[in-house]
Amino acid sequence: MSRAAPHELGVADLGRALAARELSSVELTTHLLERFAAHERLGTALAIDGEGALAQARAADRRRAEGDVGALVGVPIAHKDIFVTRAMPSTAGSRMLEGYRSPFDATVVARLADAGTVTLGKLNCDEFAMGSSTENSAYHPTLNPWDETRVPGGSSGGSAAAVAARLLPAATGTDTGGSIRQPASFCGITGIKPTYGVCSRYGMIAFASSLDQAGVLARSAEDCALVLGAMSGFDARDSTSAERPPQDFHAMIAAARPGATAMRPLEGLRIGVPKEFFPAALAGDVEQALRAALAELAGLGAVLVDVGLPRTELSIPVYYLIAPAEASSNLSRYDGVRYGHRAERFADLGELYRASRSEGFGAEVKRRIMIGTYVLSHGYYDAYYLQAQKLRRMIADDFQACFRECDVIAGPVAPTVAWPIGAQRDDPVANYLADIFTLPASLAGLPGMSIPVGFGAGAMPVGLQLVGNYFAEGTLLHAAHAFQRATDWHVRAPSEGRP
Amino acid sequence: MIRGFEVVIGIETHAQLSTHSKIFSGASTAFGAAANTQASPVDLALPGTLPVANRGAVERAIRFGLAVGARIAPLSIFARKNYFYPDLPKGYQISQYETPVVQGGVVEFFVGDAAHRVQLTRAHLEEDAGKSLHGFGDADWSGIDLNRAGTPLLEIVSEPDMRSSAEAVEYARALHALVVWLGICDGNMQEGSFRCDANVSVRRPGAPLGTRREIKNLNSFRFLSQAIDAEVQWQIDLIEDGGAVRQATVLFDAERGETREMRSKEDAHDYRYFPDPDLPPLAIGVEWIEQVRAAMPELPRHRAERFQRQLGLGAYDAAMMTQSIGIASYFEAVAAASGQAKLAANWIMGEVARRLNASGTSEIALPAATLAALIGRVADRTISNSGARQLFDVLWDEGGDVDALIDARGLRQLADSGELERIVDEVIAGNAKSVAELRAGKDKAFNALVGQAMKASKGKADPSAVAALLKKKLG
Amino acid sequence: MALTPLDVRRIAELARLDLDADEQARMLGQLNSFFRIVEQMSAVETSGVEPLYTPLAAVEAPHLRLRDDAVTEAVDRDANQESAPLTKDGLYLVPKVIE
Repeated sequence: MSRAAPHELGVADLGRALAARELSSVELTTHLLERFAAHERLGTALAIDGEGALAQARAADRRRAEGDVGALVGVPIAHKDIFVTRAMPSTAGSRMLEGYRSPFDATVVARLADAGTVTLGKLNCDEFAMGSSTENSAYHPTLNPWDETRVPGGSSGGSAAAVAARLLPAATGTDTGGSIRQPASFCGITGIKPTYGVCSRYGMIAFASSLDQAGVLARSAEDCALVLGAMSGFDARDSTSAERPPQDFHAMIAAARPGATAMRPLEGLRIGVPKEFFPAALAGDVEQALRAALAELAGLGAVLVDVGLPRTELSIPVYYLIAPAEASSNLSRYDGVRYGHRAERFADLGELYRASRSEGFGAEVKRRIMIGTYVLSHGYYDAYYLQAQKLRRMIADDFQACFRECDVIAGPVAPTVAWPIGAQRDDPVANYLADIFTLPASLAGLPGMSIPVGFGAGAMPVGLQLVGNYFAEGTLLHAAHAFQRATDWHVRAPSEGRP
Repeated sequence: MIRGFEVVIGIETHAQLSTHSKIFSGASTAFGAAANTQASPVDLALPGTLPVANRGAVERAIRFGLAVGARIAPLSIFARKNYFYPDLPKGYQISQYETPVVQGGVVEFFVGDAAHRVQLTRAHLEEDAGKSLHGFGDADWSGIDLNRAGTPLLEIVSEPDMRSSAEAVEYARALHALVVWLGICDGNMQEGSFRCDANVSVRRPGAPLGTRREIKNLNSFRFLSQAIDAEVQWQIDLIEDGGAVRQATVLFDAERGETREMRSKEDAHDYRYFPDPDLPPLAIGVEWIEQVRAAMPELPRHRAERFQRQLGLGAYDAAMMTQSIGIASYFEAVAAASGQAKLAANWIMGEVARRLNASGTSEIALPAATLAALIGRVADRTISNSGARQLFDVLWDEGGDVDALIDARGLRQLADSGELERIVDEVIAGNAKSVAELRAGKDKAFNALVGQAMKASKGKADPSAVAALLKKKLG
Repeated sequence: MALTPLDVRRIAELARLDLDADEQARMLGQLNSFFRIVEQMSAVETSGVEPLYTPLAAVEAPHLRLRDDAVTEAVDRDANQESAPLTKDGLYLVPKVIE
């Protein structure tokens, strides 16, 4: 029987506590709703549905009473506001969709609801998932619970901050260029972006179709495994959904490797460390925490292998041409005709479009639409878009070459710890450059995790990135879990009530 | 040639494929539903929606490709064609650009009795847009109905092989007949199932191709013909006045009989095509193609060739008898029952076509056995052609037995050769002047003698038998 | 390779975005500094390389999944139009479309 407060328990522990009737979902949900209210200044949420959540909690308690032993039944969760929901508005962090009510739930949302989770609300994010700090949300920024003068990262900043501040045991997020991994790193929690195609994109408000992927932010690899298992799997409504049977990730994390012992659970695991991931631009404090983590992993039986990802730097222009190109097309549907913001004053159809879109979209979104429109336009397609897609193939091939030498690739998530709010607002390009370590895996569609491995400057969390080969989420989760059983970085929480 | 200019025409046809559901969503494609009651979240482009492709649309494209002898691409790509328009919910149309599903192909047809063939460049799959309704209620607003958005289209592009509006119309008719024959499109032009755009340019003989203008959304063969004619005149007028034709998209104003440029869209041609990342490449393997081929009805041109081979029809008649499956089956039945293939074809092209045009349907009210019996009586000279035509309408409208009607109306031709010979002898005897004129070389006198014999027989003589007898007796 | 103000206006029109003079100027600067990063990409030799339009194609070529031709959606127009700006008799209203 745990003496910890309910909000200090992760998904797995809560599942056990709920199953053992140590507490009810209604009690738990009520408690977390109070915490959300008490921590409103963090700006993690865009919508909280207290009544709906309590109704779901009551239903979950009934399920438990009827003998349902599912690990997620009654566990509270919230969704990044990129996933559409029927019960609450879905805004994508944009004024363009202020108040928008979807007639259907995203597949990921529906699956987690079927598994018994209790949805508390929708979480803040950079507008249309475009950004690395959640400062691009049209509504308000989200504050980093570790230091409320700093950004939580982005675009899934609301999800990361809510989990870090112990307002939720887990939250969904989306990762297109690092938007789960980077906020997880900045907020000292665990996040996973699975292989492209593992989670359905149906109901995910689209940013960049060939890059977007749903994932989880939680406080441990075990928790991620539980949630990911419930939300992933083939969906006939998504033509890019991988036709693979459901995976029991939770079973995989505990499975023993051949030759492993209790002290060396990662015996024989080859961890590739790309030299390009430890450039001069990597902050010293971050590097120090990462090197210590790598040593820890070696101590657990892993073998560190030097590998190369020579086109790492190229991933920045490649990503920032492909993603905006796809986004410029995906965002054309926001025209004020069938839903979304419609301008009040317009003389004709052309003005309706221009005014609605210009009023509805923020500066970063407009910037990316402009870039994307330009690179697809007549005369530029070959030099920019086509060239970028070819380089993308080469980057993916580089990873395959690495995976012949290693099982998992490890490195930084971001070059620095979380920066102060407002510090990088006027320099969008600087923001792009900071994505250098997460973009390559996004372009290749590979699964990636961020796990907390220490603290850097300003006592801010540092995350280690683990990248696996296609459909190797199990390998990543297993390694992360072994690390977390031997260390306690993932248990650290920001102190309450910091000014 | 028109006014010294050669006309060059290419046709782009959008045929709505006859699937039950849309090309990328599971909503119904049935015509006539209340506004936006057949527009699913995918069709409305609600946030988070994604396309899932319909096998039935692909299969119909394969059928078309096989029918025109085209290459079916083993891999083809869906691409986004980006532009803003209220009837285009996503702000892009899912279409095919660099790699269409059908490549090449030929359509053969007749203009008069001259055989033509037009090469096809390609045919590709794409989704239809919705509809804008104008002038309902408030004049300042248009109402957008997205029921049609997402209906599968096969866009069929011809090479600019046509040289006259007549040729263009016959091409369009042949293509229309083919897609209906194949069962891939219902061909209902009033409902917008089959729409043609005509690309028209003119040039002086020997000059390079002129700049073309595109006439959009012609939904009848009559408009197609009129529009092309009007456009050609307009272009020639412009050139003769010293102007130059500028590439443009135009609409045909049927009331005024003229083409006019659509409101210009400066960026109209920058569609920013790129492969749709929501849809992996469409793979069509050899087994699937063979399955489709095996399930296809006998193609019109093969059936026509068979009619020529087995029934001795000429090429033109065979083409006419394979305009539709209904006509072809009817013809075969009449020909088989009567043993008179050529006569059957004549009667179907003539009297049957006349009645069908008048009624506006394709329902042949006259049973094949009855027509066969009727033309059998013409063939064996029991009745004359004109007698048969009298009976035709009665049989069509009221039915009946051919022989009974012949007797009831006294249409039986005089066939008793003895009686016939007696009449001819009497005519020769009683028309000495005509006989003399005939002997002197005046051929017209022959007809006068035939006429006398017909009169004497009260119209019942078979004119060709009379003529034969006269010739025999007069040498 | 650097964009001009005319480029900015043309792209904004293609994208149906209204940018005032200040925004256009700022956008021009930001786009140009962005495209400086892009230059390093242009120089890389890529002839003979197949583009990777989707990660699904990285290891083996994915094929489009096809669904059976059946009506599977019962359309709930009211739910679909809950967030519609302006409708009448089920139609979405826009300023008159002139062709």
